[in-house]
Amino acid sequence: MISQLSTQNSKLNIMEVCGTHTMSIARHGLKKLLPPTVNLISGPGCPICVTPVEYIDLAIQLSSINDVIVTTFGDMYNVPGSKSNMAKEHAKGSDIRIVYSSHDSLDIAEYNPKKEVVFLGVGFETTSPTIAATILAAKQRKIENFSVLPMFKVIPPALKEILNIKERKIDAFLLPGHVSTIIGSKPYDFISRDYGIPGVISGFEPQDILNSVDMIIAQIKSNRAKIEIQYKRSVEPSGNKTAQNILKKVYKIVDSNWRGIGKMPKSGMTLNKDFEEFDASKRFKLKVKKAPEPKGCLCGKVLLGLKAPKDCALFGNACTPGDPIGPCMVSSEGTCAAEYKYG
Amino acid sequence: MCLAIPGKIIKINKDKSAIVDFGGVKRSVQLTLLPVAKLGDYVIVHAGFAIQKLKQKDAETTLSILQKAFNN
Ligand code: SF4
Repeated sequence: MISQLSTQNSKLNIMEVCGTHTMSIARHGLKKLLPPTVNLISGPGCPICVTPVEYIDLAIQLSSINDVIVTTFGDMYNVPGSKSNMAKEHAKGSDIRIVYSSHDSLDIAEYNPKKEVVFLGVGFETTSPTIAATILAAKQRKIENFSVLPMFKVIPPALKEILNIKERKIDAFLLPGHVSTIIGSKPYDFISRDYGIPGVISGFEPQDILNSVDMIIAQIKSNRAKIEIQYKRSVEPSGNKTAQNILKKVYKIVDSNWRGIGKMPKSGMTLNKDFEEFDASKRFKLKVKKAPEPKGCLCGKVLLGLKAPKDCALFGNACTPGDPIGPCMVSSEGTCAAEYKYG
Repeated sequence: MCLAIPGKIIKINKDKSAIVDFGGVKRSVQLTLLPVAKLGDYVIVHAGFAIQKLKQKDAETTLSILQKAFNN
């Protein structure tokens, strides 16, 4: 199949939006299998990488309150805030617990009725419905000592912002498989319709990714721009309606701050009026303090596909997975971490 | 973080959760986002929730690839 891949003259820049794709591409050395004319650029699709410093600071603030148990996905554990991270706070004695599912936090809340359990609600459309379902279950089971610190992100508006950057060099998108399992392919239609850029929703195995690149090249060669689904075994054009309905029921769309990038319109979700009682930022009256990004870190530009990790002076010197400075190096799905490990 | 893994539903509990077998490892999984899932179905599971049904053939292919990756 590789031989069918592009042999055109000019470089073809394909952005893989999803961090899981970035890891799969790096781990399997796929860049070396592709012709030199195909250039894969990582996008903003690692939820950990785009969670703002202020959010980590809020989580730390919560964990320092007596009788609060903070529960989180493991990926968040080492992400630096402005002064500390969850791992260090845990070592200092805060009750911070890593869970596999938001639902585990509900059980923790039930077993600890005298404590408040706060789950760190981060993620894209793959993860946010699971947390919405947990909030619905908390309401049903009348578990009142459970809340969520919300920072959910929405993918399509972020892609729109990227497309609107003047100096962008993106010719096509490799679109995220599991986000699309939930939202379907339709929310991406504007990419091909308004910008004339092809997009293929891809699975995560090496064959899936090579296949998707092949589908993109076929579109470019025949001057087409469409949103196609390679990952048909999991993605239907209309997505998972039940999950979409749960999202609509529990959340509302808001402008959202992406780490290193800044505020993007309508690119986030937070709990709507009916579920406000489960919003930890309201329950604990948390105040957000602006925090600066680490000095010299280029993560924001890396996430937008404008810079490569090696363009960052700190890469591999001051910033390594063992001692990371920016989130792109902390998260196992981050572009800098992938480049460091496999680059 | 958005990785999801296929498994087979081997038991459905009264509270709409299920036990899913991921090639030998069994875990409790919520079916709230996929109420159509039935006993014996293959499903993709993300963060403890089934998010989509899968054909058996596709599930087995993915599982064998994952198993190879873990054994390496
Ligand atoms: S190498 Fe480190 S400091 Fe530089 S952009 Fe990547 S994460 Fe940020």
